[in-house]
Amino acid sequence: MSTAKQQAPLVSVGDVSKHFGEGSTRVDALREVSLEVYPGEVVALLGPSGSGKTTLLNVIGCITEPSSGRVSLDTELVYDGRWLRDDLRKLRLEKIGFIFQFHNLLPFLNSKDNVAVVLSLAEFDADAASRRAVELLDYLEVGHRKDAMPAKLSGGEAQRVAIARALANKPRIILADEPTAALDSQRAGIVMDLLRKVAEEQQAAVLAVTHDEKIFNRFDHIFHLRDGRLEAGHG
Amino acid sequence: MNLAYRDIRHNLGRFLLTCFGLSLLLGVVLSMIGIYRGLVEDALTLVRTPGVDVWVVESGTRGPFAESSRIPGDTREAIARLHGVSAAGSITYQSIETRHEGVKLRLYVVGYEPGRPGGPDRIIAGRALGRSHYEMLADRRTGLKPGDRVTLGRDTFTVVGLTDGQVSSGGDPVIYLTLKDSQQLQFELAPPAARREMARGAGPGTTDTVNAIVARVRPNASADTVVETVQRWKHLAAMTQAGQEIILTRSVVERARKQIGLFTAILLVVSAVIIALILYTMTMDKIREIATLKLIGAPDRTIIGLILQQALAMGVIGFGFGALLIITIKDYFPRRVVLQPEDGLALAAAVIVVCVISSGLGVRLALKVDPATALGG
Repeated sequence: MSTAKQQAPLVSVGDVSKHFGEGSTRVDALREVSLEVYPGEVVALLGPSGSGKTTLLNVIGCITEPSSGRVSLDTELVYDGRWLRDDLRKLRLEKIGFIFQFHNLLPFLNSKDNVAVVLSLAEFDADAASRRAVELLDYLEVGHRKDAMPAKLSGGEAQRVAIARALANKPRIILADEPTAALDSQRAGIVMDLLRKVAEEQQAAVLAVTHDEKIFNRFDHIFHLRDGRLEAGHG
Repeated sequence: MNLAYRDIRHNLGRFLLTCFGLSLLLGVVLSMIGIYRGLVEDALTLVRTPGVDVWVVESGTRGPFAESSRIPGDTREAIARLHGVSAAGSITYQSIETRHEGVKLRLYVVGYEPGRPGGPDRIIAGRALGRSHYEMLADRRTGLKPGDRVTLGRDTFTVVGLTDGQVSSGGDPVIYLTLKDSQQLQFELAPPAARREMARGAGPGTTDTVNAIVARVRPNASADTVVETVQRWKHLAAMTQAGQEIILTRSVVERARKQIGLFTAILLVVSAVIIALILYTMTMDKIREIATLKLIGAPDRTIIGLILQQALAMGVIGFGFGALLIITIKDYFPRRVVLQPEDGLALAAAVIVVCVISSGLGVRLALKVDPATALGG
């Protein structure tokens, strides 16, 4: 951890606020939230419903525009009162990998192509994309299911394919939305081990929104959100 | 990686079923165009078959198809003697209904003088009329065959030959009789009516009346000049072959043409709406996938490409199936369906344009999808 903090944070959020609506309908989803996530760290965002976890994840994922503050990803300042890049999707493709609660694999692509599609979007040639996809599936111990369609995968296999897809373009930031919610405790443990492995081996930052108490002890740091404010964290 | 193709392959049965539904619709559109072409073709068949240059009819009429026309039979000799005319023939036309082997037959009777202009251009089976009475040539569509005997009026006629593609503008198959037979059929009164006429002091009446005289002009002569000459006679009217064709297409089938044209336009609009709805629904079904694609960094052109390629695939397959269907069954239509390559190409182009425009609704929906939709349960 100390080694990680000697490096620049991969995710840096400074005084970010986000409100929806105006006047009597105004809702403050985030109030001057600041946090940093360093390479190799696996951190959690915790809080009750409506506390602003998803909004913060969307802000870091460049999906929702904050109302104020600053956001830096992989040392690049991407928001400072306004988005500083026009091509936010390209930014996501280059820097961020997403893992979803229900894997969100494209149902019309097999496991290998679900991973390769990201590389295809990043303009890899088809052979290179295919090779890298198989490598990743093997790395996540699901290579034997590379030709299976998502509907034929078990929950754990599907989530590992989804993690492979998130890692395909070698992003330094992994955002996970309830990555273990649909899994039993054994598979949830396997997924968390994989995320830890990725964070350490690829020096990536993993930020997960979770309610899953059985995996709380797997995080380096837990950020608590309540009413859009960050409370004191504990590691 | 072609996402549109992969998605289609994944839901192949459903996609093909959708295409099949669309193909039926486009098949109807194509058949309507074919029916319209057939209508015009049918209308022109009778006019073109004699292969003549000038039509002479009763003064003040635009007969014999658009209006009724009656002129004395001996007019033919006068026309044949005109300068520039190489041959002339008398013709009668009438609709008739009879029964043959218990089946109702609605026929269009053409009476002509064998050896003179006015007869069929080719015979596909049997022989031409050889006797001056009680023989007939029938179109293949009548269902008659050489040797069949059919009662028309008070006489029985023997089918001696078959023609092909000879129908009236109303779609009734044509039979050819000698002029004498057709005149008797058309103008001779039934015995009770004739007796009554005699009792009234009227004569038996003449049957030497025809509906039109057709004439061919010599290669070095002008049809317009012949028409001008004939029109100097106050009791006759004349028109060129081109004039007669214009009367038929602009007058006889004009209303039907407009009707079919309007119906075809409505069908095209209906097709466009249905294509748009199908594409919209297909896009709705993929909201989560589209949101995921956006979230992982897919640019708009990838999303638009997905929808547009599927729209075009649906249009092309739907049109292909539809065209194949109509080509296969067109001969079973009660009226002639004429499918011309240029009409097919025009419809294919229209379908592609409609698909592109219709996909706009789906594309608009897809572009509005919030990538955040992919997150959460």
